[in-house]
Amino acid sequence: MPRHIISPLDLSVDEMKDLFDLADDIVANPGKYAEICHGKKLATLFYEPSTRTRLSFEAAMLNLGGNVLGFATADSSSAAKGESVSDTIRVVSGYADICAMRHPKEGAPMVASRFSSIPIINAGDGGHNHPTQTLTDLLTIRSLKGTLEGLTIGCCGDLKFGRTVHSLVNAMVRYKNTKFVFISPEELKIPDYLRREVLDAGNIEYREVKKLEENMPGLDVLYMTRVQRERFFNEEDYIRLKDSFILDKKKLEFAKPDMLIMHPLPRVNEISTEVDDDPRAVYFKQAQYGVYVRMALILKLLGLA
Amino acid sequence: MLNIGGLKQGVVIDHIEAGGAMKIYEYLQLDKLDEQVAIIKNAKSNKMGKKDIIKIEGPLTLNLDMLAVMNPNITINIIEDEKIVEKRHLRYPEKVTNILKCKNPRCITSVEQEIEHCFKLTDPVKGVYRCVYCEQAYSKK
Repeated sequence: MPRHIISPLDLSVDEMKDLFDLADDIVANPGKYAEICHGKKLATLFYEPSTRTRLSFEAAMLNLGGNVLGFATADSSSAAKGESVSDTIRVVSGYADICAMRHPKEGAPMVASRFSSIPIINAGDGGHNHPTQTLTDLLTIRSLKGTLEGLTIGCCGDLKFGRTVHSLVNAMVRYKNTKFVFISPEELKIPDYLRREVLDAGNIEYREVKKLEENMPGLDVLYMTRVQRERFFNEEDYIRLKDSFILDKKKLEFAKPDMLIMHPLPRVNEISTEVDDDPRAVYFKQAQYGVYVRMALILKLLGLA
Repeated sequence: MLNIGGLKQGVVIDHIEAGGAMKIYEYLQLDKLDEQVAIIKNAKSNKMGKKDIIKIEGPLTLNLDMLAVMNPNITINIIEDEKIVEKRHLRYPEKVTNILKCKNPRCITSVEQEIEHCFKLTDPVKGVYRCVYCEQAYSKK
């Protein structure tokens, strides 16, 4: 039975450590891995458009000396003719050695994994899971902070609908002494289930606040997300609140000198471009770590490392 | 309290939400039994106002835990020699397949043909079930 990665928690803490150690080695010795996937094929089945994730997977496989095939929208796939996910994956299992799937319907990669004879990586299923983003975030934090323990993580913006934040919380609570500060407007606070089933159930220390500046000094990591206009009931509220959740140089004056500013991207205006040159702004490095962690994941799932 | 004197040995499924008996009858495939089965609809109940009851003759051979998923208020009375010898409360099963249907329009189960609807128990106290595919909690509404 092939191993699949459908949820960010499909890997244990120990397995994640192994994966990140491998990613570190890939960063240090890229030449060692340049031909390791020669003759192997990655299928990228993207039923909805995604520039970054798809290119990141493809770059990862190409860096390993492998090949890629696939489609980038549902229109150009057999899904347009009404083919089910379970049929598609049984066919693709015969064409490729490993598959990354993005699908607008939640749970589609899990359905695929039940019918597939090759490893499936969930590359995002609707608003549900996006495990390789979480792995990217953790590798970035570990690489730049040197540890995943004892960190205070600030999450800012849309914490209600932002799946990256939910996955980050679920993954980080597994490390010792993690604390959270959730910074959001009332309308976009973290969902109840996360508060009850994950944070309260695990006795995790957290605060829910509305102001970014005054909560900045204690943070080791600030994870920014987009506050979308359509999440508000009226335009007035959006205009009133949006600036409170935009990171600019002035707000950064309150931050620790080694705090990491992260963002899953794409950014719209929630981080002012004047912040980009600040050494604490690591969101473009984060995207680079996304390639390394996907390289490590492909190697692990193919049993090549 | 309804008279159960007519049942020498059997099971009484009590406190079924009024109108819910036929769904349970179908789920348990009681039409295939040779034994006597009685369905009482809209019986008076102090607690519920109205309720349904199903009486099944003979020894208990069915796994009734799944009924907790359909209706957690249901109680099971085991009858022997015309007396209630045991009042059994149902336990929430860990997994249920093809009993609940995921109502999340963004879930793959809304489009994928012939897929099993699977749920897992995530809160044994409150009886919260989540779809294994999209993880959305099942809601009766």
